[in-house]
Amino acid sequence: MPDNKHNLATGNVSFWNDPAKRSLLFQAILFIAVFAVGYIIYQNTQHNLESRGITTGFEFLDAEAGFGIIQSLIPYDETHSYGRTFVVGLLNTILVSALGVFFATILGFLIGIARLSHNWLISRIAAVYIEIFRNIPLLLQIFFWYFAVLRLLPGPRQSLEFSGIAFLNVRGIYLPSPILSEGFGWVLAALVIAVIAIVFIKRWAKKRQNTTGEQFPVFWASLAILIGLPFIVFLISGASLQWEIPELKGFNFRGGLTIIPELSALLIALTIYTAAFIAEIVRSGIESINKGQTEAAHALGINPGKTLQLVIIPQAMRVIIPPLTSQYLNLIKNSSLATAIGYPDLVSVFAGTTLNQTGQAIEVISMTMAVYLTLSLLVSLFMNWYNKRMALVER
Amino acid sequence: MIHNDNKLPDLPPPKNTTGVIGWAKENLFSSPLNTIFTIIGCYLLYISLVPAIEWAFIKADWLGDSREACTSGGACWVFITARLDQFIYGFYPEDLHWRVNIVFAIFSVLIAALVIEKTPYKGWIATFALVVFPVIAFFLLYGGGFGLKVVETHKWGGLMLTLVLAVVGIVAALPFGVLLALGRRSEMPVVKSFCVMFIEIWRGVPLITVLFMASVMLPLFIPEEVSFDKLLRALVGIVMFQSAYMAEVVRGGLQAIPKGQYEAAKALGLSYWKSMGLIILPQALKMMIPGIVNTFIALFKDTSLVLIIGLFDLLAIVQAGLSDPKWLGYSVEGYVFVAFVFWIFCFGMSRYSQALEKKLDTGHKS
Repeated sequence: MPDNKHNLATGNVSFWNDPAKRSLLFQAILFIAVFAVGYIIYQNTQHNLESRGITTGFEFLDAEAGFGIIQSLIPYDETHSYGRTFVVGLLNTILVSALGVFFATILGFLIGIARLSHNWLISRIAAVYIEIFRNIPLLLQIFFWYFAVLRLLPGPRQSLEFSGIAFLNVRGIYLPSPILSEGFGWVLAALVIAVIAIVFIKRWAKKRQNTTGEQFPVFWASLAILIGLPFIVFLISGASLQWEIPELKGFNFRGGLTIIPELSALLIALTIYTAAFIAEIVRSGIESINKGQTEAAHALGINPGKTLQLVIIPQAMRVIIPPLTSQYLNLIKNSSLATAIGYPDLVSVFAGTTLNQTGQAIEVISMTMAVYLTLSLLVSLFMNWYNKRMALVER
Repeated sequence: MIHNDNKLPDLPPPKNTTGVIGWAKENLFSSPLNTIFTIIGCYLLYISLVPAIEWAFIKADWLGDSREACTSGGACWVFITARLDQFIYGFYPEDLHWRVNIVFAIFSVLIAALVIEKTPYKGWIATFALVVFPVIAFFLLYGGGFGLKVVETHKWGGLMLTLVLAVVGIVAALPFGVLLALGRRSEMPVVKSFCVMFIEIWRGVPLITVLFMASVMLPLFIPEEVSFDKLLRALVGIVMFQSAYMAEVVRGGLQAIPKGQYEAAKALGLSYWKSMGLIILPQALKMMIPGIVNTFIALFKDTSLVLIIGLFDLLAIVQAGLSDPKWLGYSVEGYVFVAFVFWIFCFGMSRYSQALEKKLDTGHKS
C-alpha cells in the first residue's frame, strides 16, 4: 500500500487528527500567548513607570506615612510607616468582617426560621425583609445608614444617655471600657480552665451515656462552670476590674470605648444585607429535610426540641454550610465598601490614601488583592474542614 | 320494608374553621405562643408602616422646582421630580436625550419580546438583540457615525450609565464565562490551570479592588500613546470579574449533565466543539438560566460601585445631588428613590428567574 497516510494501525495519523498531538500544540500556543501578553504588559509598565518617575519595589513600606487614621486597634500616629498603615487597615478589615459574620449569622438564622414560622404574619414579615434588603445595592444601604440615619443623631451635648455610662451621638457610641489590673490574669486563666473542664465533662457524659444509658445535663453544667468559675476567681482576686466611663469634656467625650459611626453604619448595613441571604439559605436547608424525618422522630417519642436539635439541624447544616461559606466570603469582600464612607479598612487606608501618596499602584494593589485572596482561602479552608466533619458519611 | 337511600345532606363545616375567622385561627392564633408572635408582628407593622406611609404619601410634596415647594413636613419628592432628567440621563446634552430614549425603547421591546412566552421567531430576536442591537445602541449613545454628534462618555450618567454597565457587563461576560468553564473542565493541564487561576483570583478579591486596578493599573499596562476611556476601563474590570462568576455558574450546569450524554456525543463521532455546541451546552444552558439571572442581579447591584472610581451612575448622581446646597437635608428621599429603582429591576429579575425555574423544571427533581 503506497498511499496509506491515514492508517490507524500503523499509528501514522496526520498531525491534525491526532488528539494528543493537537492538544499539545494547542497548549503550547496558549502558553506562549499568555507569556507574550505578560511580557508586553511588563515592557509597557516598565516604560510607563520610568517616564512618570515612579519608583518600584517595597521600600516605601518603611517610609513615614504622615497621615492619621481615625480608628486603629494598635498604637498608631502620623510618624509610623506605611507598613504600619497596612497592618492597621488589615486589622480594621478583620474587625468589621468578624463582627459582621457574627451578627449576620444570628440575624440570618432568626429571619430564616421566622420565614418558616407557622404564624402567617411572622413569615410574611420575614419574607418582606428578605425581598427588600437583598434587592438593594449594599453600597446604597451603607450610604443610607451613614448619611441619612446616623447623621440625624443629636450632637455631643444633647447625647442620648443610657444610665449615665453609655452615650450615643452623631460622633459615635461611647461605652465604658474595662481597665485591666494585675489580678485579671487569674480570671482569664480560670476561663481557660473552665473551657478545658467542659470538654472533659462532655466526653465523660458521652461515655457514661454509652455504657449506662443515663444522660447528664451537659449544657447546664457547662454553662454553670463557664460563668461560675471565672466569677468566683474574680471575687477572690479582689474584684480587680474597673471601668473607665466616658465623660463630656469640651466639645466631645473623652475616655472609655468609642465606636465610630463609620464602623456602626458599615456593620449595620453588612449585617442586614448578608442576613437576608443567609435567611434564604437557612430556609432552603431546613425545607430540604424530608417531613418524614420529623414525623419519624415524633413517632419515636422524641420531643420537638430534641427533634430539631438531633434530627433536623444536623441534616440541614449539610445543605447550609457550603452556601453559607460563600456568604461569609462575600461579607469579607464587601467590607471593602468601607472606603466609600471613610471607615479606615485596608482598601481605604492602604489602596486609597497610601496609594495616592506614594503612587506605587502595582505594589499596593497587589498587596491588597493578596490579602483578600489569603483571607478567602483561610475562611474556605476552615469551612471546608467543618463541612467535611458535618458531611454525611455513606458506606 | 321501606328503603331510604337518600343520604342526609352534608353539614357545612363548623363555622369557626372556615372563612376569615377559621383562617386566622389556624394561621395566627393556633397556640398561646403563636398569639404572642402575632401581637408582636402587628406591633412591628404598626410602628414601621404607619409613620412610613404618612411620611411618603400623606404628608408628601410632589410638584415644584425648588425646596420652597416642600411645606407639608413629609417627604419632599420635589427633589426627585425636579432632577429626574439628570438622574436618568446624567450630563447627556438635553437636546440629544431622544437618542437615549430610542435605545431605551428598543431595549424594552426586545426584553418584552424575549420574556413573553408566545413570541414567534425568538431565536432571531435573540440574535438581533445580541449582535445588531449593541451596534445600534453604540452609535446612538456615543454617536460618531451617520451624522450623529459625538457625546463623550464622561457625560454619560444616571440610570442610563447603570444600564449600559450592567448590560454590557453581562453580555460580554457570558461568552468568556462559557469559555472559562469549558477550559476549567478541559483535560489539557495547561489550559485547565490557567482557567482555574483566572477564576479563583477574580472570585477571591472584592470588586472594588478590581475597579481600582482597572482605573490605576490598566493605563500602566498599555503603551503610553493609547488613551483609554474611563468607562471602558471600568467595563474591562467588571467583565473580568463577572466572567469568573459566570464561569462557575456554567460549570455547575456542565457538571449536571449526565456522563452518558458526553459519551453518547463521542460515540456519534462528534468533534469536541460540535458535541459541546449541539448536545451539552444547550442542555446546560437551560439549567443555568436561574444562575445567570442571579449573577445578573448581583452585577446590576454591583454597578453602583463605579462611583468609587468617579463614574456617575444612578447612585453616584443622586449622592452628588444631595450635596447641592440648594437641596441639603433630603438624603432620605434621594436614597429611597434609588433604592426603589434598583429594587424594581432586581425584584423583577428574581421573580422572572423563579418563574423560569418552574417552567423549565422537567420533573426530574424529587
